[in-house]
Amino acid sequence: MSIARFMATAALAGIVALGLAGCGEPPQVVVYKQGKYQGKPDQRPWENAPLTYGHAKWTQGNEQSWTDEVNTRTQAQNEYVRIVHP
Amino acid sequence: MARMKFLCDAERCIACNGCTTACKNEHEVPWGVNRRRVVTVNDGVQGAEKSISVACMHCSDAPCIAVCPVDCMYHTEQGVVLHDKDLCIGCGYCFYACPFGAPQFPQQGAFGLRGKMDKCTFCAGGPEPDGSQAEFEKYGRNRLAEGKLPLCAEMCSTKALLAGDGDVIANIFRERVTVRGKGSEVWGWVTAYGKPGQGQPATQGGTK
Repeated sequence: MSIARFMATAALAGIVALGLAGCGEPPQVVVYKQGKYQGKPDQRPWENAPLTYGHAKWTQGNEQSWTDEVNTRTQAQNEYVRIVHP
Repeated sequence: MARMKFLCDAERCIACNGCTTACKNEHEVPWGVNRRRVVTVNDGVQGAEKSISVACMHCSDAPCIAVCPVDCMYHTEQGVVLHDKDLCIGCGYCFYACPFGAPQFPQQGAFGLRGKMDKCTFCAGGPEPDGSQAEFEKYGRNRLAEGKLPLCAEMCSTKALLAGDGDVIANIFRERVTVRGKGSEVWGWVTAYGKPGQGQPATQGGTK
């Protein structure tokens, strides 16, 4: 095999390899996962410490105590527990 | 687990727009964007005029989340629908999908360039460190992280607008309707808040 023929074969093989590499098809669409999203994770409200000057008090990291605090505060919107009927 | 919801009592809303103003001030919402607004129907018709305060209803099966092409919206554990503005491309699909017109788009510049979507966050901020300057600039104040409820509801003068865990505010509304004997027809009582034998208007025989 002449050197020129060897070079041509090698070049052809290289071109075919490069061409086939372009056939790859990585997914370019959003991948949905139940309960997940593509953005940054969010902090949960009960993971924060209560404000030192605020009225709301809960145990940091305890979801139930935060929920109880918010539900108690919700009752401030209910006049029937704020006003005593005559 | 709490599922945060808004409930507006059309029998009480006096269209003062206090909720709209409080929201804009609390979150420093830019011009042209109204996260909350008051809608009045039968305007000027005596006895038939009703007003209701509308914002994002934080749907349990939110269509905006379903249609977002970049998947930038999510539910928090409290059922609040939030989004990541770093991912939002401002396409407007969520606006078309939302039955309440909640998603808003700031328009600035000579050609009315549509910015990233902005909407009611139930005063729960967004995916930035709670209480940080970055969170405030993108999403507004995070009152839930302070153990508070949305300001629009907390400052409502007639307490027409209620916010909180869906079960808790439904009970408040149920008691209210029981006392005054009307108002459930606005919402479709059984569909939304039905408990057999409770809160039915006395004049309607308990079958609504």
